[in-house]
Amino acid sequence: MSREKSFNILRTVVAMIIATLVAFTIILLVSENPLESIKTFIIGPFTSLRYLGNIVEVAIPLTFSGLAMAVLFQTSLFNLGAEGIFFLSGALGALVSIWVPLPGFIHPLFAILVGGTAGAAVMLIPGILKAKFGASELVTSLMLNNILLGVGCYILNNVMRDPNVSSLVSFKFAETALLAKLITGTKVHTGLLIAIGTVIVVYIFLYKSKWGYELRMTGINKEFAEFSGINIVKVIILAHIVAGFLSGMGGVIENLGMHKRFEWTALPGYGFDGAMIAMLAGNNPIGVVGAALFVAYLRIGADLVNRFSDIPTEMISILQCVIILLISAERFLHKYKQKWIEKEAK
Amino acid sequence: MEKLLTIIFSTDFFYSILRVTTPILFASMGAVVANLSGTPNIALEGIMLIAAFVGMYVSYLSASAWIGLVAAIGAGMLAAGILAFFTLYYRTNVILGGIAINSLASGGTIFFLYLIAGDKGTSVSLNSKVLPQINIPLIQDIPILGDIVSGHNFLTYLSIISVFTVYYMIKRTPLGLRMRAVGEQQAAAESVGINVIKIKVIALLISGALAGLGGAFMSMGYVSWFSRDMVSGRGWIAIAAEAMGRTTAIGTAVTSVLFGVADAFSNTVSVLGWPADLVGTIPYCVTLIGLFIFSLREYRKRQ
Repeated sequence: MSREKSFNILRTVVAMIIATLVAFTIILLVSENPLESIKTFIIGPFTSLRYLGNIVEVAIPLTFSGLAMAVLFQTSLFNLGAEGIFFLSGALGALVSIWVPLPGFIHPLFAILVGGTAGAAVMLIPGILKAKFGASELVTSLMLNNILLGVGCYILNNVMRDPNVSSLVSFKFAETALLAKLITGTKVHTGLLIAIGTVIVVYIFLYKSKWGYELRMTGINKEFAEFSGINIVKVIILAHIVAGFLSGMGGVIENLGMHKRFEWTALPGYGFDGAMIAMLAGNNPIGVVGAALFVAYLRIGADLVNRFSDIPTEMISILQCVIILLISAERFLHKYKQKWIEKEAK
Repeated sequence: MEKLLTIIFSTDFFYSILRVTTPILFASMGAVVANLSGTPNIALEGIMLIAAFVGMYVSYLSASAWIGLVAAIGAGMLAAGILAFFTLYYRTNVILGGIAINSLASGGTIFFLYLIAGDKGTSVSLNSKVLPQINIPLIQDIPILGDIVSGHNFLTYLSIISVFTVYYMIKRTPLGLRMRAVGEQQAAAESVGINVIKIKVIALLISGALAGLGGAFMSMGYVSWFSRDMVSGRGWIAIAAEAMGRTTAIGTAVTSVLFGVADAFSNTVSVLGWPADLVGTIPYCVTLIGLFIFSLREYRKRQ
């Protein structure tokens, strides 16, 4: 491992530690019983099978959004459309799960395929606009997020709303569409297997395939990549399609794994979380798993503290802010970076 | 259809356009100033939310809407300052920095709301203050026009003034000129001795102050309380308006008003049973199409 790489890992660890210290500080300031709360925050998630299961459950959708963002970031694309795609694909997957009669096993797979395809199709818009005409994928994807939210809400309100339930939710998904539970005593579902499989596929795609190579080269230096004969237009569109498909899958899997009805009424936040996960992972698909588990662990910890003491779960978003700011800060600890790298030279 | 027309051609509808445009106008001016100097500020949504919260809380503590307003502006500048510090000193990517501030805002405001009001939904239990409505002498007595133009919140008038202030600043002041230079050709600006970092910091702080005003309007004008996620996408609309307005003050203001019309319209048509969800996406669709046309034109020019 190069010194530079090991320094980046060190920096990530330091940022994680600082975030945890910020959590301690908040708990100390707010909690009536700080020591107990800190203990719950740190150890709580490991104290029962159910909580461990919770971590895995939360990490599954984060893995998909993290993978999508990693593919985009590797190509140096700042597209935040995963957010809206999670929502719309979730809604479309719900439609399939409610009304398309299919036998078990095939049913969820078909729903996931529909969601993924829809995600890829949506991503074609910012993808083509960027690749062909140079329109900022950031702005177009932000616009798309709100359009997809509106369309998804429309579907929920006007097509699949269950009028017999007072809250705004869809009809029940067909039993055949639900993803089966893997581990009794938890809600961990077969989406986990799909997630692991997808991580491996994305890893091979990025690091062992010609397409992935072209994609990464474009990310490192677009002009150079173009000069050496890589078709940039194709690469940018490809990255968008892959990211769209991954986000769409994530949206459907989260719904069919964790819910019995479509319940989202606002953007679920997975797209932006994905940016954080990808960053924590250094845009590496394998790292995405670790990053997703870490963020999920923090969330379950905060959730437990909220349940057993007096601190709102939303503490977590303050920690996330710290993590994102520090990890994406190129010059954070840069004074030590030089020393760290020089050490090897000696 | 007839019913729709009577709703649209009522003084209430025109009054509500000015009302709903106010926060969008402030935030979109913030987007213009930030983008002009080359640092796209996608934290506007979060900054507005933070300012709305701080304005509400400080006006409750001090029993003065004006002190609350100052605090809201300060909070907006502080949040923008944090963004500026990390992006310009620590070289955090400005988009990721924006995501971080938005995350902080959406959860952080609920966190503190719970601590002070014991409620994760709204702050109605706190007796916070509202900025005054202003009746314009003479104009208020003109039929129809008076009903539409007079009697708005103080900040609504300030938002209109802010457009001209930003326009003047960009076009006529040395600061505006430097911002444009930094945004267009950073290296060239640096070579003639402009302190690029300083200009960008100033731009982000102004952008934060403007978004802060927009946030203050939400909790101390539009309604008289703070509720979770109350900015509900206005920061993104502002970014859309800025993109449509091509980073010009007047163009952005015009699109902001159009988006305000769309917003007022979607509030109105939902009464008629139209799909408000879809009507609400109109500003974003228009922007998307607009961006497509602009980039197509640029592309043709380059060919």
